[in-house]
Amino acid sequence: MTNKILVFIEQRNGQIKKSSLEAAKVAAGLASQLSGNVEAVAIGNEINDLSIVGKYDVTKVTLLKNPDLNNYSPSAYTDLVIKFINDNGIDIIIFANSALGKDLAPRVSAGIEAGLAMDCIALNLTEGKIIASRPIYAGKALLDVSISSPKKVFTLRPNVFNPGQLSDNAAEVLSVNVDSVNMKIKLVDMKKAEGKLDVAEADIIVSGGRGMKGPEHFHYVEELAELLGGATGASRAVVDAGWRSHGEQVGQTGKTVSPNLYIALGISGAIQHLAGMRSSKYIVAINKDKDAPIFQIADYGIVGDIFEIVPKLIEEVKKIKS
Amino acid sequence: MKIAVCVSHVPDTASKINIGEDGKTIDQTGITYVVNPYDEFAIEEALKTKEKTGGETVAISLGGVANKETLKKALAMGIDNAVLLKDDSYRDSLSVAKALAEEIKSQGSELIFFGKQSVDFDNSVVGQITAELLGFNCVSVAVSFILDGNKITCEREIEGGKEVVETSLPAVITTQKGLNEPRYASLKGIMAAKKKEIVEKLPVSAPNYVDIISIKKPASKQAGKILGTDSTAVPELVRLLREEAKVI
Repeated sequence: MTNKILVFIEQRNGQIKKSSLEAAKVAAGLASQLSGNVEAVAIGNEINDLSIVGKYDVTKVTLLKNPDLNNYSPSAYTDLVIKFINDNGIDIIIFANSALGKDLAPRVSAGIEAGLAMDCIALNLTEGKIIASRPIYAGKALLDVSISSPKKVFTLRPNVFNPGQLSDNAAEVLSVNVDSVNMKIKLVDMKKAEGKLDVAEADIIVSGGRGMKGPEHFHYVEELAELLGGATGASRAVVDAGWRSHGEQVGQTGKTVSPNLYIALGISGAIQHLAGMRSSKYIVAINKDKDAPIFQIADYGIVGDIFEIVPKLIEEVKKIKS
Repeated sequence: MKIAVCVSHVPDTASKINIGEDGKTIDQTGITYVVNPYDEFAIEEALKTKEKTGGETVAISLGGVANKETLKKALAMGIDNAVLLKDDSYRDSLSVAKALAEEIKSQGSELIFFGKQSVDFDNSVVGQITAELLGFNCVSVAVSFILDGNKITCEREIEGGKEVVETSLPAVITTQKGLNEPRYASLKGIMAAKKKEIVEKLPVSAPNYVDIISIKKPASKQAGKILGTDSTAVPELVRLLREEAKVI
């Protein structure tokens, strides 16, 4: 049996999301290991540069197209992906574990009677079986699973699968107009958090905790994040205190993140916070308490006064950025 | 209207997780179980909705007898009835959803709240799957919920913002922090909950497609270098981030 693998390419406002290109490369790698085929499907209206998936070794992409599909509609997208899977005899479907992927993948899996593994950080082939590794308990443990149903769904944690060397290929793009779409669930408006990058998507995160001593001092966190091109995060304590919005919360009841660099300012490192950020590639901690648990997982630490150290850090970063 | 809320019973987020001897479960020593934190928002929204529209609320939980603690908490907060779908064995998300969908169908509930994810296996899928199995509309990760007749308007959290979404009953809503402030159980509520019966049922059986191979501790991270105790350490920090880590 030839394995047919499908990767879902996600767009917002016509721009392809980086996390779905990471997924494309994983799908292509899996197809070559399983001697199978890989293709991509995207849903939207106009999408910029869809042939770019070729660089990630996926040679064919189908765009299911309709002006009403520009925004995500769970009902419409679910119906279309299920139909595409059934029409094309797809066995394995891979999504990025983005907000959209998290919502769509389970709906699709219910419709095709497929087992699913969400938020995977590794897919390895052992004796012809795909072993998916996924953090559970917000990263306090790692679960390895295999899926026994004929059809299988996986979502991949963004920022974990580094695509590495890209090829020069352009994918063949097939546009298919969709006549009627199921708009039982419909997006009517979008409220952007003002010009801010989300912690779940950022390569660099600067987070503040109770050691910031009050919401009025978070301008340090914001300034440093902005200088580094990163996002601002927060601990649960400061979100619960109302200093910062919940969208910024990192940890077991907030977001689980794996940026290249995580800078923790005035965060002691409660177990539920560490669970949400411990897989960051590099961790910097600045805190006055030398016994704070955050220092046990930090690559680089400074034990001292936030308000003396952080302005200097901002100054030094400004120097290298100018 | 009949309103259901599906709740799970999970280790407190302050728990240390150790691996059981079989390498496929977690060690239960010293673990305190609580109502899944996101399910508290689901319970609160079910109660608020009932206060506005009238009707009846029921909490449903699938798991062992210990899940009764979580169901009791839901009753103490004001939920009218509770059902335990008693099953101690491992079930994957699709199998759990099939059991819940069957129970919801038999009760005739039209509006179902779930927490957006259980903080144990962190799949965040059971609400959406249950909705698909029932043919209900579903909005996940809701941070606001307005019901007007049959019409539902929700805000849901996405990367860097919120989507405003419209749909209609029957529906499943999965709840995110920010949706409401869960009430505390009153003394009267706690006393009343003690008298209420938790109905035990056997859930429908359904196959598992997701097989657990192992549960491990994540690779432990080595504590790194402490570079100093004041701002004189900052230039060295910046140098290391640039030259050693190469991240800025």
